[in-house]
Amino acid sequence: MTKFTLLLFFSCLYLSSFFFFSFSVAFQSDELLLDDEEFGLEGANPRSPEPVLTASPVSSSPTPTIRKRYSDPDLDSKIQFTLEHAFGDSDFSSAGTFSARLKTWSHGGQTLTKLRFSRNEFSDEEKDAFKNLLKEDDFYRIRLPSNVISPPGREYVIASVRARCLPRDGLDEHIVIHMDGANILAVSYGSPGACQYPRQLNLPRKWSFNSHTILKSSEQAPRTPIFTEEILGSSENVEGEAEVLVEKSFWAKYWMYLIPLGLIVMNAVTQATNMAEEQPAGSQGQAPAAIQRGSAAPRRR
Amino acid sequence: MAMAIRVFLLLLIFLSSAIVSFSLYEDQVGLMDWHQRYIGKVKHAVFHTQKTGRKRVIVSTEENVVASLDLRLGEIFWRHVLGTKDAIDGVDIALGKYVITLSSEGTTLRAWNLPDGQMVWETSLHSAQHSKSLLSVPTNLKVDKDYPIIVFGGGYLHAVSAIDGEVLWKKDFTEEGFEIQRVLQPPGSSIIYVLGFLNSSEAVVYQIDSKSGEVVAQKSMVFPGGFSGEISSVSNDKVVVLDSTRSILVTIGFLDGDISFQKTQISDIVEDSGKAEILSPLLSNMLAVKVNKRTIFVRVGGEGKLEVVDSLSDEIAMSDSLPVADDQEAFASVHHEGSKIHLMVKLVNDLDTVLLRESIQMDQHRGRVHKVFINNYIRTDRTNGFRALIVMEDHSLLLLQQGAIVWSREEGLASVTDVTTVELPVAKDGVSVAKVEHTLLEWLKGHMLKLKGSLLLASPEEVVAIQELRLKSSGKNKLTRDHNGFRKLILALTRAGKLFALHTGDGRIVWSMLLNSPSKSEACERPNGINLYQWQVPHHHAMDKNPSVLVVGRCGSDSSAPGVLSFVDVYTGKELSSSDIGHSVVQVMPLPFTDSTEQRLHLIADTDGHVHLYPKTSEALSIFQREFQNVYWYTVGADDGIIRGHAMKSSCSGETADEYCFSTRELWTVVFPSESEKIISTLTRKPNEVVHTQAKVNTDQDLLYKYVSKNLLFVATVSPKGAGEIGSVTPEESSLVVYLIDTITGRILHRLSHQGCQGPVHAVFSENWVVYHYFNLRAHKYEVTVVEIYDQSRAENKNVWKLILGKHNLTAPITSYSRPEVLTKSQSYFFAQSVKTIAVTSTTKGITSKQLLIGTIGDQILALDKRFVDPRRTLNPSQAEKEEGIIPLTDSLPIIPQSYVTHSLKVEGLRGIVAAPTKLESTTHVFAYGVDLFYTRLAPSKTYDSLTDDFSYALLLITIVALVAAIYITWVLSEKKELSEKWR
Repeated sequence: MTKFTLLLFFSCLYLSSFFFFSFSVAFQSDELLLDDEEFGLEGANPRSPEPVLTASPVSSSPTPTIRKRYSDPDLDSKIQFTLEHAFGDSDFSSAGTFSARLKTWSHGGQTLTKLRFSRNEFSDEEKDAFKNLLKEDDFYRIRLPSNVISPPGREYVIASVRARCLPRDGLDEHIVIHMDGANILAVSYGSPGACQYPRQLNLPRKWSFNSHTILKSSEQAPRTPIFTEEILGSSENVEGEAEVLVEKSFWAKYWMYLIPLGLIVMNAVTQATNMAEEQPAGSQGQAPAAIQRGSAAPRRR
Repeated sequence: MAMAIRVFLLLLIFLSSAIVSFSLYEDQVGLMDWHQRYIGKVKHAVFHTQKTGRKRVIVSTEENVVASLDLRLGEIFWRHVLGTKDAIDGVDIALGKYVITLSSEGTTLRAWNLPDGQMVWETSLHSAQHSKSLLSVPTNLKVDKDYPIIVFGGGYLHAVSAIDGEVLWKKDFTEEGFEIQRVLQPPGSSIIYVLGFLNSSEAVVYQIDSKSGEVVAQKSMVFPGGFSGEISSVSNDKVVVLDSTRSILVTIGFLDGDISFQKTQISDIVEDSGKAEILSPLLSNMLAVKVNKRTIFVRVGGEGKLEVVDSLSDEIAMSDSLPVADDQEAFASVHHEGSKIHLMVKLVNDLDTVLLRESIQMDQHRGRVHKVFINNYIRTDRTNGFRALIVMEDHSLLLLQQGAIVWSREEGLASVTDVTTVELPVAKDGVSVAKVEHTLLEWLKGHMLKLKGSLLLASPEEVVAIQELRLKSSGKNKLTRDHNGFRKLILALTRAGKLFALHTGDGRIVWSMLLNSPSKSEACERPNGINLYQWQVPHHHAMDKNPSVLVVGRCGSDSSAPGVLSFVDVYTGKELSSSDIGHSVVQVMPLPFTDSTEQRLHLIADTDGHVHLYPKTSEALSIFQREFQNVYWYTVGADDGIIRGHAMKSSCSGETADEYCFSTRELWTVVFPSESEKIISTLTRKPNEVVHTQAKVNTDQDLLYKYVSKNLLFVATVSPKGAGEIGSVTPEESSLVVYLIDTITGRILHRLSHQGCQGPVHAVFSENWVVYHYFNLRAHKYEVTVVEIYDQSRAENKNVWKLILGKHNLTAPITSYSRPEVLTKSQSYFFAQSVKTIAVTSTTKGITSKQLLIGTIGDQILALDKRFVDPRRTLNPSQAEKEEGIIPLTDSLPIIPQSYVTHSLKVEGLRGIVAAPTKLESTTHVFAYGVDLFYTRLAPSKTYDSLTDDFSYALLLITIVALVAAIYITWVLSEKKELSEKWR
């Protein structure tokens, strides 16, 4: 297995004609990809069964070759690595091939670009094994080499999923590969959407994989902002705002004093009017008082 | 439901927007906090025999503390905690007024003033290689009014002036690979004899002029068998060493520079042969050898002849010999007998003369005697008296004098390894716990005093009385549960394997227990404590049971050593049971299941990749079988840089059919490239943390759902070059990468790399956020970054109608196998201090806003509001954001002196901070440990749900009474007036 990939790798490096062939293939599938830009990154169109890929090297078009001539073949090289899978606790076997371009940057770093994935169809035995997994709600496991230049590198990167999460119409899978240069740190594997719990036993209608792959490298943390002048500026602004605050309307500033004051004033005014009314009515004031007395008297009893 | 969420959110916002500043008034110090000072397990002790120092002993400890203790009371006069890498190699007294310490493998020599502990001088000595170090303070060597101190370390021999620390001369021994064993100085001569071994097979004696450091003479002699390295100097011109086969004692005499060997087969002098071991005590003309568990005293004759004087079968501890009157030397030995220890002081020349024989009752939970230091004094009747300082197995330090323990210090508490908190028992009806402290009159008097105090009317005496009242207030030291949950037990496991229960009220030791090995086998006499877990916390069922904790220990320091489990009753401190589990302990995982007696199920992983279920009952097994499919665990290989996820597979298939043992299989791996990343820190959330609100409301009435998963692992890696000290690499060479990994599927949810940054990383993980602290090499500053992670898959549940009509997925079970849609927000700030540890406050319901508890390099704890590390901070927050409590963005985090929760105290050698909730939502217990212990209660948003301790109930009462009286009086008056009106 390793030998095979290595061989391919070397052939890519030294046999330039093959190299261009492979790129022509690469270009074709690139075109196809454009309508499947679900994840905005280099993903494979899984529904195009991989026989197309294996069959296509024969066809070669001159235009892409010319385009590729500008790229330095020493810096960019094509590599392949395999995806292996296991059913439950079985041994790993080949499940598909990733191919990508390894781009070497001037500062020495290497990144993978133009990742493409071709998935092998399940053989009959594998289908049976997978059905067993579904029945037992067991794990479907995949693995990738941890280094793409010299696979398998230090260790395999393993991921697994409950098999019942995968079947939908076909078999939907979603692979996120976390890269650091030419190293694969981790791979996330699962269905592209939700996986309901409790997991129901569904057999896939079609035994073809619908794969989405994403390459992810680490994000750079933003540098901690250093602002001294801005702070000064903002503090000035704050002062300005404070001044604006000072120039609030009279009512807004002193409403808490004004309202009680108003109440008191109103109270005083009504009292004054009452007094004014009472004084002329002072001589006649006996009658209501008598009524009051009368009404109070029964209560006392 | 939604309404309730909103209400709580509003409440939360209200709480968080209240400007919080935690600080104490001066008179509040010590009301709810306590501080205990320790020194650690004593390594060396030097008694000072002259006038002023007579009452003191100078000790150096394994926690790198040098201290001066009061011999009468055991109190600390002064102490200095050297750094963690500054291990003390030797301590001595020079010139009668300086304490000399040699530390850091013989490269740092310091002199401290004996009375007050001020540093007098410090000298860095040149060092070229790692070697054992040696400090020798010759008593009567004088060179031109100067008293040199001879120091060997790092391949160099130095003579340092005792007066000012100046290096007088230096002799290079690096090339020869020469290791100095002893420096001897015959009295009355200026020649120093330096004896050392060359490649551990050749004995070399240098005679060095103490004035110039020049080698006067040199003699060497090859010993064909080679030396084992164990050495005991018996007199001024003789040492005894063991050969490499440990069966021959070699006496090396180097009188006048001539070397002579004299071999003695151990089998010749003792019947039973075996591997011998020279014991450390220095006895004059005698040495102690341990063969076949017997301690043999061998006298060295004038011609280098060896003869056995005594042989003891007990395990004994001995002190160095010390001169007593009439050119005699005496030494102390201590052995155990039942629950007593016997202290004997004998003359070296005549072992039958016992100067002192005492037997003292000793607490079983102190273990065996490890070390003895002896000191003599003149009794009132002019005879010789002896006092002995003994170090026990649990690291405690005791002073024995006149057949009694004069004082003891629980120095085990200086090396706490794990802490947990437990509840106290509920007050029983029969016990009059709720006894009101005094009569009503005294109660009123106390409150009147407080009232006076708060109205600033109190006289100075009354202020003192108030302070006293406060300190012994309201039974905060009772041994029962209180309504607010302020009284708790702090269980602390120490490195010596002793478990202490401390009361939160005053920090006293309620009980302590030394772990025992159940098998009593030789290989595992005393297991090391590793971790502490809550084993049984009865609250629903089994209320009659006492809670218990699980102590996981290990026989030996190796991780593959077999483990020991011990179950301890929390209320009584008795060991319920203990068992040798017969497999190693790599990881202990408490499961979220309990059985009918509320025992928590635990999984213990061993080195073979098997996991074992505890408790071993069929009920536990059936509970576990039910959840068998859903149990996952992970291991972090810090050495190989691989994190592996595992799931249960089946029962162990082996020769022993153990139904509680399960094999596992690997589900996922994360492989960090060894050339660019090295794991330096991993962290998970606390399993018992409570998250109150699942969502966060933005200013624009937008909801963000927190990604609250218990299966998140925070990992920080640095480039291997950058794993060293800060500043050892250039910014280009070092980078720091942080990850958030789901531990069920191995998915990397968040990955962020900080270029030009370096560890050490200190992080804290709570709810949906991680705050981590590291060093930025480009900015030459420490930085703090916050990462908050939000769940986008539930983001559609914003619509209230959806919530009402039930068209939401909030109640659907969350599975890690769904593809997570997460959103992370992060922001970085500069932080002015270097950090030792970070923790976060935790409250019962998780409503109260959180504070970060930052253990700073100055051994203090800084409480920093979480609002300062909020990724939503912007430079100019809008009005709405300001109302929500968002602080304008600044480039560095503020350090407000008032927010040090340790106020003026220092928790020397701070190693960890533990926060535990009280029953009161606003308050949290904070316990910090290092060489010192510190406890306090914090209220991150102030005590909004209770009145303060010094709330004046009397004032309230008086006001109410006055109001009622006023109402009554006015009512009477109005009645009268009305009546008179009516009669008019």
